Amino acid sequence: MRKMNILKCLVGIAVLLAAPLLVSAQQVETHIGKVTGHADTGRQLYFRYCWGCHGFHGNGTGENWIPTGGFPDTPNLNIQPRNFVAATFKCRSTPTGTLPTDQDLYNSLVRGLTMSNMPSWITLTDQNRADLVAFIKTFSDRWNTDKAGTPINVPPEPAPTVQSIQHGKELFTKLECWKCHGPEGRGDGPSASTLTDSNDEPIRPYNFAAGSRFKCGTTNHDLYKIFMTGLDGTPMPSFADVIKPDEAWDLVHYLRTLQVYHKSPELALWMGTKEGAEIVKAQKVRGTPTGSGVNQ
Amino acid sequence: MRGKYLLSAVVVVISASMMAPARPSGGTVSGKITYEGTPAKQKPIDMSKEPSCAKQYTTPPTTETVVTGPNNALENVVVYISAGAPDEAAPSKAAVFTQKGCRYLPHVLAFQVNQELNVLNEDQTSHNIHPLAKINREWNKSQPPGAPPIVDKYDKPEMIAVKCNIHPWMHGTFAVLKNSHYSISGGDGSFTLPNLPPGKYTITAFHESYGDQSQEVTISGSETKTVSFTFKAKPY
Repeated sequence: MRKMNILKCLVGIAVLLAAPLLVSAQQVETHIGKVTGHADTGRQLYFRYCWGCHGFHGNGTGENWIPTGGFPDTPNLNIQPRNFVAATFKCRSTPTGTLPTDQDLYNSLVRGLTMSNMPSWITLTDQNRADLVAFIKTFSDRWNTDKAGTPINVPPEPAPTVQSIQHGKELFTKLECWKCHGPEGRGDGPSASTLTDSNDEPIRPYNFAAGSRFKCGTTNHDLYKIFMTGLDGTPMPSFADVIKPDEAWDLVHYLRTLQVYHKSPELALWMGTKEGAEIVKAQKVRGTPTGSGVNQ
Repeated sequence: MRGKYLLSAVVVVISASMMAPARPSGGTVSGKITYEGTPAKQKPIDMSKEPSCAKQYTTPPTTETVVTGPNNALENVVVYISAGAPDEAAPSKAAVFTQKGCRYLPHVLAFQVNQELNVLNEDQTSHNIHPLAKINREWNKSQPPGAPPIVDKYDKPEMIAVKCNIHPWMHGTFAVLKNSHYSISGGDGSFTLPNLPPGKYTITAFHESYGDQSQEVTISGSETKTVSFTFKAKPY
């Protein structure tokens, strides 16, 4: 009986706390293709599927998230669920420092974020996901004051060649990608162990050798966008101002050759050269793509 | 003949524009920023992972989270008017933030809302400039050696911590302020806010490690008022 009262009390508090959200939730709509998402419907879905990790207030501190040093003592690899109040997003088609498009958020729901606790929400309908995106946007006032950025232009991908891979390799050195990702792309560069995200939580650079998928997608097009938009909220900067589009594709082609477990046309081409075959053969694959088990 | 007219017109315009901003000399707030207690000992920075920067120093530079001077002076404190002064349009001159020797020059850069910010890289290594804005938009850009300046501006006032993820010892601050009445305490802890019209002001002092403090001050006429701030130093 007493338990019931506490429960009632908690529900009451929850309703009171949610009231301000309800008001703003009414107005937000998203447009994903032909589907129009509504925040008030998304709200119900959020409090069914998302709040356990992203939290009641959308700030990424749901009960499933264990902070660094919390119990059980996790090895700093527990990536915090996205904080929707800060409205800073890793996976975007838009320039660094801008809000993502509705489609970008929707794509993250479809795809999930590999090697994190964020699953792919393909079990939901298109309408569900569009509604959820609309609701997520009610957590931050930024969506009222700022417009989403204009997606960067991704030119058509030229066919990979040995020359483009070699040029990409030079760029990897010149632009000092290796400072974090390591000279062989194993996530063990000299700065790797010092990296923190924008909340001062430790974060590790991507270990290309062990991975095939990226946090923000699986295709060459996704890879292009990752370094040309940057992963906001993380140490990964945007290179849009310093890499020309054709050079960016060269870098994409080279990065693919670092993924020795991932069969790609780039890897096959590279293996066909003496230099490439030696490098691929010497590649040591340790740990996970997100850096667990990597000696830094 | 025509050219001569044009020239004199230009001279008139220039001299007019030079005369225009002559402000009525108002009151002044000046003072000294000090600390009490034991500030954290600043450590030499190990730049061995970045030889191109390390070789620029005969003795390694120290960290700058707390920079002090003689007589308990506290440097790098942003003193500004947080209330009482009207918001001002941004000056046309850009604020410049330079990366040199894997450090930020200046360590604390104050500028106004919507004022142009130029970030330069004078090093032979790549930096990534990552201002951790919370109120303004957070961005993060790579700047290899020889890359053009990064040009940006902020449209809301905020104290923004700036870091370079590649070189974890690099920390700085952008102080984005609403008006031109600001000063950053020097090596002797002193600051001056001149040209204040009569009025009641809230003066705020911000330090990157010790937070902020405010005091009220009323200025009438062309008097000079002394306002001092003392921060409690934490030994960590």
